[in-house]
Formats: sequence, C-alpha cells, structure tokens
Amino acid sequence: MSNASIETPLAPPGQPQPGAPDNWRRFFTFSTDHKVIGIQYLVTAFVFFLIGGLLAMVMRGELITPAADLVDRTVYNALFTMHGTIMLFLWTFPMLNGLANYLVPLMIGAPDMAFPRLNAAAFWLVPVFGFILMASFLVPGGPSQSGWWAYPPVSLQNPTGHLINGQSLWLLAVALSGISSIMGAVNFVTTIVRMRAPGMGWFKMPAFVWTVMSAQIIQLFGLPALTAGAVMLLFDLTVGTHFFDPAGGGDPVLYQHFFWFYSHPAVYVIILPIFGVFSEVFPVYARKPLFGYKVVAVSSVVITVLSGMVWVHHMFASGTPGWMRMLFMFSTMLISVPTGIKVFAWVATVWGGKLRLDTPMLFALGGLVMFLFAGITGIMLAAVPFDIHVNNTYFIVGHFHYVIYGATVMGAYAAIYHWFPKMTGRMYYEGLGKLHFALTFIGANLNFFPMHPLGLQGMPRRVASYDPEFAFWNVLASLGGFLLGVSTLPFILNMISSWVQGKKAPDNPWRAIGLEWLVSSPPPVENFAEIPVVVSGPYGYGTDNPLVANSSGEAHTHKRNES
Amino acid sequence: MKSRLLLTLVILAVLNGLVSLWVGQKAYGWMPVQASAEAVLVDNLFSFLTTLGTFIFLGVVGVLVYAVLFQRVGKYDVGDGPPIEGNVRLEVVWTAIPLVLVLWIAAYSFRIYDQMGILGPMDHRMGMAVAAVVVDQPIEVRSRQWAWEFHYPEHHVTSTELHLPVNQRAKLLLTSEDVLHGFYIPAFRIKQDIIPGRDIDFEFTPTREGRYRLRDSDYSGTYFAANQSHVVVESPEAYQQWLEAAAQQPPTVAENPAFQEFSRSVENPISLGWPSVQPAPAPVVNYASSEANSYE
Repeated sequence: MSNASIETPLAPPGQPQPGAPDNWRRFFTFSTDHKVIGIQYLVTAFVFFLIGGLLAMVMRGELITPAADLVDRTVYNALFTMHGTIMLFLWTFPMLNGLANYLVPLMIGAPDMAFPRLNAAAFWLVPVFGFILMASFLVPGGPSQSGWWAYPPVSLQNPTGHLINGQSLWLLAVALSGISSIMGAVNFVTTIVRMRAPGMGWFKMPAFVWTVMSAQIIQLFGLPALTAGAVMLLFDLTVGTHFFDPAGGGDPVLYQHFFWFYSHPAVYVIILPIFGVFSEVFPVYARKPLFGYKVVAVSSVVITVLSGMVWVHHMFASGTPGWMRMLFMFSTMLISVPTGIKVFAWVATVWGGKLRLDTPMLFALGGLVMFLFAGITGIMLAAVPFDIHVNNTYFIVGHFHYVIYGATVMGAYAAIYHWFPKMTGRMYYEGLGKLHFALTFIGANLNFFPMHPLGLQGMPRRVASYDPEFAFWNVLASLGGFLLGVSTLPFILNMISSWVQGKKAPDNPWRAIGLEWLVSSPPPVENFAEIPVVVSGPYGYGTDNPLVANSSGEAHTHKRNES
Repeated sequence: MKSRLLLTLVILAVLNGLVSLWVGQKAYGWMPVQASAEAVLVDNLFSFLTTLGTFIFLGVVGVLVYAVLFQRVGKYDVGDGPPIEGNVRLEVVWTAIPLVLVLWIAAYSFRIYDQMGILGPMDHRMGMAVAAVVVDQPIEVRSRQWAWEFHYPEHHVTSTELHLPVNQRAKLLLTSEDVLHGFYIPAFRIKQDIIPGRDIDFEFTPTREGRYRLRDSDYSGTYFAANQSHVVVESPEAYQQWLEAAAQQPPTVAENPAFQEFSRSVENPISLGWPSVQPAPAPVVNYASSEANSYE
C-alpha cells in the first residue's frame, strides 16, 4: 500500500502518553494493539474509499451524456463491478471493523481484544486481498465485469480464455475477504461475551457494543454461505464443474440464494454499527440519556434474527415462484419494526435536549434524515408489486446509496470526528468539519436523489448508455457525484493537519459518559491502569451517578463538575 | 396548557396529512404512461405508499428541524438536559403502529400482486382474473446477447418488435439462449428475469395503444445497455393485419445495435481493449423494427 503520505503525519513529536509507542512505523508492523489495528483498518479503508470514489466519478462522467462515449462498454462494466466490490469489501467492512476494533475494548473496559494476533492477521488480509483485487486491473482482459453480484452465467463467460482473469482474481479476493471477516467476527463476539469489565452486565453495555455484537453474529452465520458460493463459482470458472452453469445442468438461481443469504444480512452488518454510532452520538450532543436504551439494544438482536429471513426480496423479479415472493414480502416488512423503534428513539433522545451542533452531531443528524428516507423507500421496495416495476432500476441504486452513503458514510464521519480527539490526542478544526458536512450532505442528496425519479421512469441500473429522456436527472446526479469527490478534500486536510498540529485534546473534550473517556487521549497501550468496576448504565446524562466505582470514576465526575 | 399542546399537535398532523395526500396524488405523475391493467394497480399502490411515507418523513424531519432550531444549548450552558430514560407507553405505541402499518401494506400488496397474476393462472388462483381471452399458444420471447426476438408460433412470424392486441391478456413464454436477461416494459410496470434453461410463463394486459420501450433489466454483459426493443400495442384488427403482412415478408437481417457497435469497434477517449463476449449476429426475422422509431 502506498499510503505512506497519509500515515506519516501520525507521528506527532512527543506523544503525551509515556507508554504509547510514538513512531508512525508501528502502523506498518504486525502490531497486536487493538488501537493500532483500528487505525490501520480505518486508514487503509479510507484509501480504498478514495479509489472506489474515483471509479464512481469516471462512471458519472460517462453517464453525464446518454451515449456510451467516454469509456469502452467493457471498461464501464468493470468500473461498476469494482466500484461496488471496493466500496463494500475494502471500504465499508474494514472501516467498520476499524471503528469496532478501536472502540469495543475501550468501551467494555478490556485491555485488548480476546485474540490479539488473530486480530492482526485478520487486518493484514485486507491489504492482501485489496492488492489481488487491484491487480486484476492489470491482467489481460481487465477486472471482473459481472457486477458485484457476479451472477452466473455472465460471470462464467471469461472472454479472455485465460485461467488467471479478472473474475477468478475477484472470486479469490472475495473468498479471502470472507475469511478475514470470519476471523474478525470470532474475535469480536468472544471479546464482547468474555472480556467485559466487572459490573458491566449486558444492559450496562453501550448501544454501540450491542450493535457490533449483533452485526458480527450475522457475519458468523452468513459468511459461510457466500464464501461457499464464491468457491463453487471459482470451481465452475476454473476447473469445469457445473454447480451454476445451466449449459451443464447447473442452476444459476441457486447461486443467487447463496449470494443473497449473506449479502442481504451484510447490509445489517454495515448499518447496525452505524445505528450504534447514532446511539452514542445523539446523547452526548443532546445532553440526554438514550431514549428507551434497553429496547434499542434488544432491537439490534431482533434485526439480527430477522435479517436471516429476508434475502429473497433481492430476487422478487428473479426465477422465484409467487408464494416465495409473498412470504419474503411479509418477513421483509417485519424488519422495519425494530428499525423504526430505533429511529423514533433517536428522535426522542434529541427532543427536549440541549443541542450542540458540533460536526459529529451534524453528521449524525444528516445521516439520520437520509436513513429515514432510505427506510421509507425500503418499505416501498418490500411491496412486491412495486418492486417488480423498479427492481434492477436506478430506484434501487438511489435507495441503497441513501443507506450506504447517506447513513453509513455520514455515520462513519460522525464517529471519526467524535472519537478523533480520543484516537489522536488532538482536536480537529471545527470550521473545516462543518464545511465538510455541508458539502457532503448537499453532494449526497444531489447525487442520489435524482436516481429515484430515473428508476421510476424505467432506467435500468448498470447501463453505460441510456435513452435521451433520462439525461436531465443524470446530469444532476453527475454534478452531485463530482461534488462528493470534492467534499473529501476538507476532510483529508482536516485530519492530516489536526493530527500534525491540532490543539491538544483533553481526556474528555465532549463531557461524554463512557469508559473510553476516562482514559487519556490517546489511551495508554494497556488501556486501563486499573480495570474499572462499572456501577451505572451507559447514558447517565442529567444525573450525578458515577459510571465506575474505582479511582478513574472519580476523575470522571471531577471533570464534569469542573467543565 | 396540556389541551393547547394537544390541539397544536392535531392541527400539525392534519396539515401533514393534507400535504401527504397531495404528494401521494403527485406520485402518479412520476411514473411513465399507464399502458396496462397492471400499471393501474401498481400506481395505486405507489401513490398509497408515497402518501404514508411522506407523512412519516415530514413528521420525523419536522420534529428534528424544530429541535435543531429551537432547542440549542446556550453558549455558556454546561448543564445537561432532563434525564428522561424512556416512556413505556410511547414505546409500545411506536412499536405497535408500525407493525400494524407494515402488515396492512403487505396485505394490500398481496392483493394487488394476486390481481396482477403475472406468472400465470397458478399464481392468482384466489384472485379475480382480469378478463382473459384464451390464446392457444403463447408468444415466444427469445433473448440472447444482445438481441430480442419474438416468435408468433401460430403465424410462423418472427419479429424484433413485440406486437400485441390492446385489452387482451398477452401470454408470453420467456426464454434465454445464453445468460440471464430481464424482460421489462416500464409503461406496463412489469418485469421478469429470464433464466437460461427454463421456460417462464408470463402474462399481462396492455390497455393503451402506442409504442413503448422494452428493456433488458437484468445485467447481461458488455452490450447490456443497448439491448432494447419496442412493444407496439394496437387494435385487434391492426394486430391481425400486421401478423398477416409480416407472415408474407421474407426473413431479413434486422438492425442490431450491439452487433453493429461490436463490428465497428468504436474508439472512445478511454479505450483499454478489454475483450468482450462476441455478440450474436443480428437476428434474421420477418419483421425488423428500427431503433430510430419513436416511442412513449
């Protein structure tokens, strides 16, 4: 990875923590410190986010005119395949793993993850499969061109005739990504179940930890299906088996079941930790306890259970019989109930509070509004007759970009700004943060809203060219896409300059409640000098109950009174 | 005091309801022309969902905007908000109402899907069938990389344009010769993926004369975007005339954008020469339509 230029500023001379390793080289080592690994995940993922975004901007350049006149059709097809794959497997999952890696041990009062070396191994697979995936741009015939679903028979066609081709490298990368994620999931679930500090019962865990646990359980039951499907497809492609090839008696629809059995729950793997971020951020900046904390916590687990029973809603227009369409319509509708509970709980948390509109709060509020929009179009899509019309159109693309950009990326930015002082010991620049928010919120809506009318009008997704009547909304979407590209610049500037020369951050700049705010910024290697004993629930805003019983708890109350 | 608050809330809810109903009516205009019996059903459902969705969206965003505008902390205020941890009655309400709502939506959608009956009679045995005229043999839809060909077995006619009589149940047999394709006519609001190795029965009722776009909706490889055709809905007499005239035509090579583009091998600013699956040659049919034909 050539991300040295971004990571170099990690070396603020003379870190405040005597125990903390203070040279940037540790980020290129097989470190087993969960905090180092967390930042390794985040920075690596962000580099891939920029790559995936550049591919998207080339696509928006192609789509600014109706004809296929910027790139070859084969190149366009490779672009959307790689854009989707990179954004999911190399940005979203590693980014969320980075957040969870950094925060979960601190939040539950653990010195590290349960299996530190497994943790490092899981991370180091990311650059490995990232490299394999990027290398596919250089093999004859270019990268996979079958979309990130890799549906057979298109994914089996292999026009180059070579054994090493974009598609086989893609499958190898996805299988390795699955292995990395399973390793991570085992680690997270074990850590959360076994390593909570004394006194931290299930209902004293922060909501973020609940969501990470719920999400990682999905990885454990879902990923084996995807990984198996990918390996079978790889066999079809390379050694001539016929699991999915109809020409040899295979069943292409079976692959779709394998794929979506994981890849739908994967959406909840992505969105659940972001729900957790919302649940952490709103109480801090509204100065109120999370409304209905226990119900919010349990609804994450309900989502996990339901998420395993909805995958066929991606196949309503596929070779699925009517009864199956109806059954999965009902199960899909049900999942909106626990999700709705969370949305209403956040609104009630914000309501009547003392709001501070710092950058993390702005991103969380923006993310919540965009998620609400996505949730409403999601319920529309669950209704089979409507889905039949917009299935595989830009309406779907608009819907899931509201989820994945509107909610997930905005939520991730909220988290990065909120915990930036803790991670680096420095404050970010508020003005640049607000500029970043404004550009991102406008850019995301300008980019993704126009996709809804396009889909309603009948523009299929994954097209390199389209009929002229779709031009108007596509031009708007393209402008929004370029604006989103620009919006990352103030973020990068902010992160690098703050990391190098930002104002020193106190232990608890937001007066937030949580074990991670009781330790220094950045935390010492062993996290806690003395493992805290938890005596209160996680959101005691407006009360004077101490969070922990031993010394660091007093430090916390002291800090709150002082500020 | 309490009753004044309640009154304000009721007035706001009624206003929100009126705006939502209005947006729900506008939703009909966001769709393409309504050219089939199924389109009427789907548009009604979409309008209903848009009304509900608008109500919820405006309600929630309204609360958030109010809070952001009027519940900001004072500059030197370091106090906390009220320590409200929850409200069981409220939580029960916002669990129960969405549950009822989504079950209502699902039941309504079920009825509409049943009425559409697009996968054939097995699919809507419980519903009221739209008046069906018995057609002996379905029209065969042959999809391939990257062309559409329609075969009328009773008249031995092949065409690259789908002709259908208005107000009669159209029965099709969807087949693919290579990969997945999607049979999609936006003006009819109907879509079905075509699976190689399977014959899929598909039916619907066009209700408005005109020429509409027919698109491939399931990604099928390099020239996927160019794999489009037209469907022509005409009076039964015109339809019969077309069939008879087409049957007299000797087979000719049709226009085929994918094959033509492949043979021309156009050069774009960013051209990397990555190979494509070779398109099937342009279909040879009795009736060849033109890409240049206008459509609604």
